[in-house]
Amino acid sequence: MPFGTVTNSGPPLLQLEHLSTHYVSAQGTRVVRAVDDVSLTVRAGETLGIVGESGSGKSTLALTLLRILPPAARIVGGRILFEGEDLLQKSETEMQHVRGKRIAMVLQDPMASLNPLFTIGDQVGEPIRIHEGASRRSAWERARALLKAVRIPSPETRVKQYPHEMSGGMRQRIVGAIGISCEPRLLIADEPTTSLDLTIQAQYLNLLRDLQREHNLALIFITHNLGIVAKMCDQLAVMYAGRVVESGPVSQIFNTPKHPYTEALLNSIPRMTDTEQRLVAIDGQPPDLSALPAGCAFAPRCARAVDHCRVAAPPETAPAAGRTVRCWLAEPALAGVGAESGAA
Amino acid sequence: MSLQAESLALPARSPRRSTLSHFADVPIVPLVILFGIALVAIFANQLAPHNPEIGSLSARFKPPFWQAGGSTKFLLGTDQLGRDVLSRLIFGARISMIVGFTAVIFAGTIGTILGIVSGYLGGWVDQVVMRLTDTWLALPALTFAIFLAAIVGPSMWNIVIILGITYWTRYARVIRGEVLSLKEREFVRLAIVAGCSKWTIMRRHILPNVINSAIVLGTLMLGVVIIAEATLSFLGVGVPPPEPAWGLMLSDGKQGLMVGYWWLTVFPGICIMLLVLSANILGDWLRVKLDPQLRQL
Amino acid sequence: MAVVEAIGLTKHFQTKRGLFGADAGAVRAVDGISFAIEAGRTLGVVGESGCGKTTTAKLVLGLEEPTGGRILFEGRDLASLDPAGRRLYRRSVQAVFQDPFASLNPRMRVDAIIAEPLITNESLSAAEVERRVDRLLDLVGLPARAARLFPHEFSGGQRQRIAIARALALSPRLVVLDEPVSALDVSIRAQILNLLRDLQAELGLSYLFIAHDLAAVAHMSHTIVVMYLGKIVESGDAKTLARAPKHPYTEALFSAALPSHPDERREEIILPGEVPSPLRPPSGCRFHPRCPHAMARCAEEAPELAEIDGRMVSCHLFHPAAAGAAREAQPV
Repeated sequence: MPFGTVTNSGPPLLQLEHLSTHYVSAQGTRVVRAVDDVSLTVRAGETLGIVGESGSGKSTLALTLLRILPPAARIVGGRILFEGEDLLQKSETEMQHVRGKRIAMVLQDPMASLNPLFTIGDQVGEPIRIHEGASRRSAWERARALLKAVRIPSPETRVKQYPHEMSGGMRQRIVGAIGISCEPRLLIADEPTTSLDLTIQAQYLNLLRDLQREHNLALIFITHNLGIVAKMCDQLAVMYAGRVVESGPVSQIFNTPKHPYTEALLNSIPRMTDTEQRLVAIDGQPPDLSALPAGCAFAPRCARAVDHCRVAAPPETAPAAGRTVRCWLAEPALAGVGAESGAA
Repeated sequence: MSLQAESLALPARSPRRSTLSHFADVPIVPLVILFGIALVAIFANQLAPHNPEIGSLSARFKPPFWQAGGSTKFLLGTDQLGRDVLSRLIFGARISMIVGFTAVIFAGTIGTILGIVSGYLGGWVDQVVMRLTDTWLALPALTFAIFLAAIVGPSMWNIVIILGITYWTRYARVIRGEVLSLKEREFVRLAIVAGCSKWTIMRRHILPNVINSAIVLGTLMLGVVIIAEATLSFLGVGVPPPEPAWGLMLSDGKQGLMVGYWWLTVFPGICIMLLVLSANILGDWLRVKLDPQLRQL
Repeated sequence: MAVVEAIGLTKHFQTKRGLFGADAGAVRAVDGISFAIEAGRTLGVVGESGCGKTTTAKLVLGLEEPTGGRILFEGRDLASLDPAGRRLYRRSVQAVFQDPFASLNPRMRVDAIIAEPLITNESLSAAEVERRVDRLLDLVGLPARAARLFPHEFSGGQRQRIAIARALALSPRLVVLDEPVSALDVSIRAQILNLLRDLQAELGLSYLFIAHDLAAVAHMSHTIVVMYLGKIVESGDAKTLARAPKHPYTEALFSAALPSHPDERREEIILPGEVPSPLRPPSGCRFHPRCPHAMARCAEEAPELAEIDGRMVSCHLFHPAAAGAAREAQPV
């Protein structure tokens, strides 16, 4: 059941328009289109799930949003409109005011996210001191309150401890506390629960949901796990080979997926309920971004591909209100391809 | 076989091409220098204009040809016994290269084997080897080498052995560290599950995966060993005269500095510096090159 | 007769003595567990960090020696086997591990990797080895020319197939699968799980299947064993256990499993606290500090694993005390 469903009539909080990020090799010879013409919308208080596998470009997309890409990457086009302002037009100094304060990010490995040499209090308080100029003492106070907000028991003692004294689940919550410390409008979570045990993951997701409700926080979940999307997200965007192949409300996509990849993905996941059947597997391998075939990137693995799919990459179309898809089969009129055209 | 239904495409292009281009950014200058010195060492007989060990006493302390008193017969001047500096440098290259490479290979072999054995077997073997390493490291390397040299007497091959015995510890330490993390890797566990003996695992699984590190360490140790040999020769316990080791040339030439005979020390010094610097730069480059690839593999 | 059976299997790791000689205690990684793996069937093991499932896998594989209890191989106690018998056991139990990148020696070609168990354990001609390697590659759906390539030329899913081919080289009776698909892309997992199922049907293999993806375990297993802090808290038929868990921990675990559809309704049981350390497990029932149904008895007395409705459950809720002062028994 999607949570945090807020019907918002105002302008969207975040709007990505035709965003593209490319990696260029050192000699300038190879170009990898890690993010290719991505357009997405997130409203205040809403949760968007971005689903993709290796080579989908989802992690590069996260780094692009905050403009913390490695030197080899270039944002080659598009706009990132956050609360009406284009983040790509901002200077580095202006971006520093955005990061941590208006948009925060949580990553997969909590141990790597925390500095082993500093206390929890120092680390949780750091964004507060940077963005609000608070003194060490008042930042410490806020840190204690934040630890309590993320349901860490005995925050007074924990605040003086070091990361290695905490369990994995606790560390992830501390990272979450750092994330919300300056009351951002948007929190990007890149695979935040992959390293957590199931019951700890349940605690953590619960916490995120409650925090979201309390602070009207928008969430972007970047994950390969459709289960997290089913549990936590209102909207879903499926990425493949750097492009968004399908997007829309979660329930609608789960019920009637319009892209063959989405459909195949949903069918290939083992379900607790009907466990007798053989799983429906997807042929082939995830795409190699440096050697993409001509045409639709999914065509080599698609059971329903027609000739045209191998020739031209499909554009993004809107088959219904609030939904987009990139597939020739969804809009056969576009390609002049009849539905009866046999699969090659 | 119904399993074939799920077809699997294997990469079409050969991996070798990409490996070669991968190494295209090698630092050219050090490579050329190293190559140049190696070539000089090999073709010393053809390249050197004079006999390096015999001089004409009438031509002592001649300066390089561009200074007053010099002549093009002795391009870089002569030393106190009238021997041509250039020829001595050329033959000295041979000594430096031979001693350098052989000592490095010798130290590397001992150190790598001990590192693998102590790292993989652990237990008392590890304890013994580590205590041995600690003791060895506690001895000042050069002093120890000097001590050994004084006992066995100077000769080029003795120096090689001494340097090998002195410098194996660095290898053992580094390789052991790698082995410790390697043996936790799953392919090693699977080899145990498959029934392989410890020695087979060390030979087939551990060794090939530490060779890269050993090679990189070798290039870096080359500089150390060459300087060590030069120091030993400088102190008179290295390669014995009249062999034209660069360190010996430095030693012989130091008295000349007072009187302005700068070419006796500067040229051998430059040679040592170029060789060591090139080896170090290449070693550094190699380390960076091989490491991320290892990760990728 | 079960292929592999564990009876009261225990593994304690001695921790080093503290600075002043105080005994720091033992990590009771696996504490008296019993299970049986039947021929051609899959035993699934679920549990979170510290539950002991990895140690159990290592014990079954012979990578660790038990400190207590017995392992029976085709009815015979491992401890009583002579070296030849132990070698036979080794050959009969193979493994596929989680990380497809770390499971293959990057410096060996695929044919050498797959052939290694054969070369180590049998003396076959080179031609025969090559023939068998080809057959194994075919079995796992890889083309014959894969044999001369190196691991880094393959994708994660393909490497896992190579690992499976190698595990099958000696025609084992049991394959221990430790998170075999967790490190693979979601779209590839189904391929590998299907392959494993097909191989089981074709070769009569038994599997010890360890995974944290409960749906995958439920899909692949005939029997599921739920472990918590070194003990088995529940075990039984996979499908019924997944649908109707009895032990409070199993309930919480399965409720924490992610839904496969946004409209899937699931009662949310959020357990308080962290998974305690195996160094100092709680007294009595190890789960009692976090259990929503804990009673006074649970802190004092560890429950026995006993049968109820065809399921083995270790919980006082199901086996109320026969005598003693009246205690509240919560019907479940």
